[in-house]
Amino acid sequence: MEDAVTLKPKEYASTQEVKWCPGCGDYAVLKAVQMALSQLNIPKEKVTFVSGIGCSSRFPYYMGSYGFHSIHGRAPGIATGVKIANPDLSVWIASGDGDSLAIGGNHFIHAIRRNIDINLLLFNNQIYGLTKGQYSPTSELGKVTKSSPHGTVEEPFSPGELSIGSRSRFFARVVDTDVKMMIEVMKEAEQHRGFSVIEILQNCLIFNDKTHAEVTNKETKADNQLLLEHGKPMLFGADNNKGLRLNGLDLEVVTLGENGISEEDILVHDAENPNPSLQFMLSNLKSPLALGVIRKVKDTTYDQALHDQREEEKQKSKFKSLDDLYLSGNTFTVN
Amino acid sequence: METKTDVESVIIKFAGDSGDGMQLAGSLFTSTTANIGNQLATFPDFPSEIRAPHGTVAGVSGFQIHFGTSGVYSPGDEPDVLIAMNPAALKANWTHLKPACTIIVDVDSFSPKAIAKAGFEGNPLEDDSLADYKVIEAPITSLTKSSIADLGLDNKSVVRCKNMFALGMVFWLYNEPLEQTINFFNKKFSSKPLIAEANITVMKTGHNFAETIEALPSSTTIAPAKKAPGTYRNMTGNQATAWGLLAAAKKANRDLFLGTYPITPATDILHELTKHKWSGVKIFQAEDEIAGICSAIGASFAGDLAVTTTSGPGMALKTEAIGLAIMTELPLVIVNVQRGGPSTGLPTKTEQSDLNQALFGRNGDSPLVVLSASTPSSCFEMAIEASRIAVEHMTPVILLTESYIANGSEPWKVKLIDELEEIHPNTADDLESWSPYSRDEKTLARKWVIPGTPGFEHRIGGLEKEDVTGNVSYLPENHANMIQLRDDKVAKVVDDIPLQRVKGEKANRLLVVGWGGQFGILFGAVSGLQKEGKDIAFTHFNYLHPLPKNTREVFSNHDRIVVCELNNGQFADHLQSQFPEFKFERYNKIQGLPFKIKELQKKFNELLEEK
Repeated sequence: MEDAVTLKPKEYASTQEVKWCPGCGDYAVLKAVQMALSQLNIPKEKVTFVSGIGCSSRFPYYMGSYGFHSIHGRAPGIATGVKIANPDLSVWIASGDGDSLAIGGNHFIHAIRRNIDINLLLFNNQIYGLTKGQYSPTSELGKVTKSSPHGTVEEPFSPGELSIGSRSRFFARVVDTDVKMMIEVMKEAEQHRGFSVIEILQNCLIFNDKTHAEVTNKETKADNQLLLEHGKPMLFGADNNKGLRLNGLDLEVVTLGENGISEEDILVHDAENPNPSLQFMLSNLKSPLALGVIRKVKDTTYDQALHDQREEEKQKSKFKSLDDLYLSGNTFTVN
Repeated sequence: METKTDVESVIIKFAGDSGDGMQLAGSLFTSTTANIGNQLATFPDFPSEIRAPHGTVAGVSGFQIHFGTSGVYSPGDEPDVLIAMNPAALKANWTHLKPACTIIVDVDSFSPKAIAKAGFEGNPLEDDSLADYKVIEAPITSLTKSSIADLGLDNKSVVRCKNMFALGMVFWLYNEPLEQTINFFNKKFSSKPLIAEANITVMKTGHNFAETIEALPSSTTIAPAKKAPGTYRNMTGNQATAWGLLAAAKKANRDLFLGTYPITPATDILHELTKHKWSGVKIFQAEDEIAGICSAIGASFAGDLAVTTTSGPGMALKTEAIGLAIMTELPLVIVNVQRGGPSTGLPTKTEQSDLNQALFGRNGDSPLVVLSASTPSSCFEMAIEASRIAVEHMTPVILLTESYIANGSEPWKVKLIDELEEIHPNTADDLESWSPYSRDEKTLARKWVIPGTPGFEHRIGGLEKEDVTGNVSYLPENHANMIQLRDDKVAKVVDDIPLQRVKGEKANRLLVVGWGGQFGILFGAVSGLQKEGKDIAFTHFNYLHPLPKNTREVFSNHDRIVVCELNNGQFADHLQSQFPEFKFERYNKIQGLPFKIKELQKKFNELLEEK
């Protein structure tokens, strides 16, 4: 049975009709997840998708795995319970920028901090879609929406900054236009033991179309995307001749061959460095926008530590059964 | 030594500053008393501040114990012996003094400043305001200091021992052995033998002092109670709840999961369970109340017996998630250790005012099962009962306990695991006949499926479910049908719970109705009147929704019915709405305090005598 035939990607789908708007970026994410799971050959009964509320949170209904569509912002709580109860499961969260960073902000940061072995797909379209177009905690300052007709007067969160600030061990960023990149990053997140945040720059065709266009357009993406690979120099651009170097405490974009810059001056990406300083700067970089796995650091997971502690107590305890406990200490007998 | 043995039961109260160690002195006395085999009931009463202002009435911490050979159903009304470690402790109990009771005071603490701080106009030991009481002026602080002066401890450690002086005196008064307490200190401070020695010495000094002074009443021996044969131990309600949950998981053959956030007065359940990781219990202290219950719902989905524990304000936060558990029809035990409300209310005081919240506090038509525990040790069986109903009927169950029984204690007859009934979770086994929302014919419960099981992959969530398939459905007829099905499922629990019992003759002038943790006091009050030949009966509810099948019958044949509860009439409203043919009179107390037998009996006598 161990050598069961690999499921095809579409076999990870449920029979439910997918009801996202035509052209929504979520379709590509769904496809990427199914392909990643297929390539990793994870039996679908071992997969559990948990979500909160929002367009992207309909995700579990479209998967043929186990799934739980919960309440707004609380998916990390539900998923944490699932993982602690059944650590053999591959547990995933599908959540939006409102779900994770507004109403669920508290759960988001604490799940990251604990490093429980769960993968969180953060669908960031910088807008509230399901409630038809209000600004979100990732909408840029001044954004005009139905609930901010005069422009917002609040600064957005940067999901990378928030994640790394919450002691994230795995943070990656992908775009919904690049299925291949999503598959690779999702596979890496699944194989990483710990809480993995994948920020997906996702397009909302109806309420916030082209919000990520600068990064995703064919014409502009080469100059605006920095595809990070661990151990590789941070080079980008249509001619792959631009790069990043450290200037004091800041990142600086430089061009190879100009002012005596050679490839040796270019920073090499180290996702596995426990010191997050450079990864933090990369996650906040606006132009180019860093994509790929920004941080991936091995550490003890919460579920494993909890399990180990129980096992240790089992060995150490003077109690071997509940009867031992009930009869321990001060008791008295009436005959 | 002269001894008396004709006393049936005695009430002692230790009162002092919240840093004076009254809770420790009280629980050590309880422990020895339990071991002697007395009936007992305790009631700790302390301020919510960790160290409230020194010497003030607000900062007084009390521990009351009622123990005896028989007739102990509750911690009792006023103490026979009050130990007041300072003027504030005396002041706090000023209006609750039993005529001719014994008052032991630490006379060293009665400085003019302390007396004024407590709110006395003059020194109550010097005027005649305590003339009707037996006041023992013991120099507790100074004798504590001199008895261990040669140990070389700092002043703070020395003064901390004075609670043991009081304990030693009380041990002498009731002729109880010191050995158990000596062993306790030797074990607790095995690495600090000097501290152990100091405490033991001070306790012996207090013991000797009591024996020496003639002012004290003679030493009294309280004979052990006549109890059913078995092994007993003293237990608080919170401990009993924790142990009951452990037992339930074992009998249901599931792992126990607790997802919770600390809140007074429920936190001790977390403290207790976390000691028992050896048993396999999985404990998640969440970032807030919401994550606490959500993690429990996730664990339930994944197949664990899942529990969340909280109190009123935490319940409020969990509301939306309880609705999710109702919609997804997952088993879940929610323990609410009630305290005084609304809002933050009275965190350390007792009340029964979260009943409406338990019954109705959710959006939509959202029925669930509501149970309550009646005494500290009944928390054990009701925790099992809540778990059993949850996993056999696939529903969230709220178990209401309350501060009074959660912190109070009484002897519990140990139940070994083999003596407990098996629990049969409603697990899916036959894939052919299974759908996510297909139901058991008898209970209407859907099947519990454990993720990881091949073939049973399915999705659930908070959106309305289509009957049988569990797919999302917005169809009007389906919604109406599902609302009815969820209601019927909870209603059918009635076939699986015991009938309501009545203490007393069938037809009576007055039926007293109670619920929850006030059982002992109500029982004691009614028993007393029954002994006097009064035409009174008593029925006490542990199953609040659904109500037992014979409830209507129980209410028949009584001239008057009075519902006694620590709130503004919530259970009376609940009963009145379901049984409009009866008139439910109310006796409510909303002071953050339990009932007193005396006040209940006064009320019952009025009701009995009124035309």
